[in-house]
Amino acid sequence: MPLKKSLSAVGHRTVDSVWRLGVATRFLALTLMQSGVSFRRFQLIVKEMFASGVMSLVIIGVAGMFVGMVLGLQGFETLKRYGSESALGSLVALSLVRELGPVLAALLFASRAGSAMTAEIGLMKATEQIAAMEMMAVSPIARVVAPRFWAGVISMPLLAALFSAMGVFGGYVVGVVLIGVDEGSFWSQMQASVDFRDDIINGVIKSFVFGVAVTVIALFEGFDAPPTAEGVSGATTRTVVESSLAILMLDFILTAFMFRGG
Amino acid sequence: MQRTALDLWVGAFVVAGIGALVVLALKVGNLSTYNVSETYQLHAYFTNVGGLKPTASVRSAGVLVGRVSSITLDTERYEAKVTINVDKRYQFPKDTFANILTSGLLGEQYIGLVPGGDEEVLQDGETFRKTQSAMVLEDLIGKFLFSQADSDKK
Repeated sequence: MPLKKSLSAVGHRTVDSVWRLGVATRFLALTLMQSGVSFRRFQLIVKEMFASGVMSLVIIGVAGMFVGMVLGLQGFETLKRYGSESALGSLVALSLVRELGPVLAALLFASRAGSAMTAEIGLMKATEQIAAMEMMAVSPIARVVAPRFWAGVISMPLLAALFSAMGVFGGYVVGVVLIGVDEGSFWSQMQASVDFRDDIINGVIKSFVFGVAVTVIALFEGFDAPPTAEGVSGATTRTVVESSLAILMLDFILTAFMFRGG
Repeated sequence: MQRTALDLWVGAFVVAGIGALVVLALKVGNLSTYNVSETYQLHAYFTNVGGLKPTASVRSAGVLVGRVSSITLDTERYEAKVTINVDKRYQFPKDTFANILTSGLLGEQYIGLVPGGDEEVLQDGETFRKTQSAMVLEDLIGKFLFSQADSDKK
């Protein structure tokens, strides 16, 4: 009975994923409750911020610059048809600050830092370092998970802001320096249309939410990985896939709340 | 507490991130009012400013000579009072015309200055005597429809 078998497989996977979601939520709650230690020993967070934040700087900067340059080029080509090249500044800045900055920075962060977190914790589990900590009455969640969580949550908005700033600079280079859009109208239109409260702060809120989602997924997948080589590699793949999907879905929900097409 | 190279890197990262936010707030967002060079102020009254916004450019013969600093409604005249900052390098005669123009079909609106022939120049704080309001598309369409209806009757 192949039909019955495939049906039951679908059911099994559904129940399993709901189960994992529940465990992940409990995992997040545990991490939040046990994060007092990592704030008292702030050095732990600083160390993880180096691994996840500082090491992602180059990829974020270069990617932001190129995204901004492409936006400048494509935006100019489209706006030229309507004779409103001077709106290029607002187009580049609004799309970066509202959407592309937080989303692309989070996607890059998930594949650059999230996968590393998963692999690290998965290997710590496979080599029984986590079990050893528990034997010594050291909570691995407080010692290993919470610092990484807070490092990711703090780094993410900073990286997104850097991404947007580099993107605006890239758009400026292509639009004003190379193509020759009027510099004054580039900046003045940008400043007239980008609102600090509505656009920049909302972008920061978005990247904060993405930071929470990506680090929780990465840490949970690492913690949940079967302690084998295959298990760790599968968990790393799942981290990237799940956090990318989570970022895009959360982005839609947050955008619907924040902008309402208005 | 021992200071390590790692702290320096993380500190630099945090400074760079906050710096990027400040740049976004000041340079990209509307939290700043930035002046380029020394300017003097002139005022102009318009019956309708259309879509003119603060920081819009002020041009004469197509050259950028200043920026709009504020737009308010004057409740004595019920006209829009537009204050512009003009670069000190440029002087304009007293009978200069101030028009609100549009760059391109859907572009941004700006103020165009057409100098007259007066020998005296406008001083700081003075007002343009002759202005022309923004062209409002609805009014134009209305006029066009009326003229069409008129010509149909004949």
